[in-house]
Amino acid sequence: MKASAKDMFGTAKLSLIGLMAFLGIWYLVDLSQLVSTKFLPMPHEVLLKLIELFHIPFAGNLLQDHMMASLQRYFWGFGLAVLIGVPLGLLMGWFRWLDDVVTPLFDSVRFIAPVAWVPFAALWFGTGAGGPTLIIFAGAFPPCLINAYRGAKGIEVRYLEAANMLGVGSFKTITEVLLPAAIPSIIAGLRIGAGLGWLSLVGAELIAASSGMGYLIVKGQAAVATEIVMAGMLSIGFVGVLIDVAIRKMESFLLRHRQN
Amino acid sequence: MSTIEFKQVTRVFKRDGEDFLTIDGFDLTVSDQEFVAIVGPSGCGKTTCMRMVAGLEFPSTGLVSVSNKPVISPGPDRAVVFQQFALFPWKSVFDNIDFGLRAKGLPQEKRYEIITHYIGLMNLQGYESAYPHELSGGMQQRVAIARAYALDPDVLLMDEPFGALDAQTRVVMQEELVKLARRNPRTVLFITHAVEEAVYLADRVVVMTSRPGKIKEILDVKSIREAEGWDSHSKIEDVMDLASFVHLRTRIWKSLREEHGSDDH
Repeated sequence: MKASAKDMFGTAKLSLIGLMAFLGIWYLVDLSQLVSTKFLPMPHEVLLKLIELFHIPFAGNLLQDHMMASLQRYFWGFGLAVLIGVPLGLLMGWFRWLDDVVTPLFDSVRFIAPVAWVPFAALWFGTGAGGPTLIIFAGAFPPCLINAYRGAKGIEVRYLEAANMLGVGSFKTITEVLLPAAIPSIIAGLRIGAGLGWLSLVGAELIAASSGMGYLIVKGQAAVATEIVMAGMLSIGFVGVLIDVAIRKMESFLLRHRQN
Repeated sequence: MSTIEFKQVTRVFKRDGEDFLTIDGFDLTVSDQEFVAIVGPSGCGKTTCMRMVAGLEFPSTGLVSVSNKPVISPGPDRAVVFQQFALFPWKSVFDNIDFGLRAKGLPQEKRYEIITHYIGLMNLQGYESAYPHELSGGMQQRVAIARAYALDPDVLLMDEPFGALDAQTRVVMQEELVKLARRNPRTVLFITHAVEEAVYLADRVVVMTSRPGKIKEILDVKSIREAEGWDSHSKIEDVMDLASFVHLRTRIWKSLREEHGSDDH
């Protein structure tokens, strides 16, 4: 169902009201001296700092370079999670024995918070690219695997029967029937995985990195520059939204031939 | 020579630890290029009979064989047209038909030739690159029939293929299937609960009892159809008007009615 122009305008208006109210309360708290502006910088200060960070380096780099450093690690970690998690999940849905081998292992590991891997990540892969990549991977991998697995398990039997009847072999059935049938579930997993991976990234960089947006925040904290911390938080949120939008675009592209 | 044989087939279905006998002492031989329809009350196991020929289910005792070979798995020699079409929504019309041909390892030109032939035969020209959801139910079922015929199977299995279509589309599809079947005779097992459809399409009609499904009677339609010249009428309603058709239909209706009666308790 498409929203009419009038509805869109109404939604935009309400969103704007929410944002204004939020900023209003923020200013009010600052101006009333309830909290020192040292601890809660005013919105316009944060915005100015954010712009400044694009051309005056902080913590060794410009903001866009911190972003790039973070995104690079992120795409390694998330990419590996997708490349390993999705095929493994599909195959676990296909081969019963693989399901039996992997599931107990996986279940015992997946409730460990990604950040708990920090000590080992740093020990094994260092604080450059490897360590944070592992932590992002730890965050993004479980949803990728679980959703691919559920998508494979939930396939309508008639598609498998049709493939069987047509004499299609296992490999082609997995790549041309199981995978496309599981795509909606896989994409849902990618969205969750992308979010958790992004959350883990900042956690990883808070502790085990020497560049990136998480690192920028730590350095901001050390310098008691709260407007830098907030500018960092703001950019993290913004990039996270962009990543989600990109995955949703990919989803509508992949599902362009399906109903709904 | 492609034949279907059921020898003393029974089928037991387990539910909540209890055994249900769904098919009992089913004996039937479908000869080469014969079109046999099975009709019966719902739940009598007629679909299960078809699925056992397809290799999607197996008898508890007895034997199902095709061309004297026991059925052990599904395969393209026994093409199925499913009730719910079972087209792949992510594949175009062309690719849906092509999928089985690729699996057979046919060269590209040969595949193209076959697909074009059946797309023409099923009046699907211009829809080669359309996706299933863009087609009406009737068109989707045409693709499913084209997909099955394109495999050049020994036997064709159809499970209430027109059950999900509206009445008008259904009639058109029945007429087209009759044309296709007479021009391109195959060994066909056709499952339906629509008596008229069975009488119109089949050479023989098998009437099943309600559960446990047994063969109640087998009616020879072909000899009557040929004697009365049904095939000289191109429209289904003209055939359905003939006294010989009406007589057969009523006969089967009465036979099925008795089964419904015993089902009601």
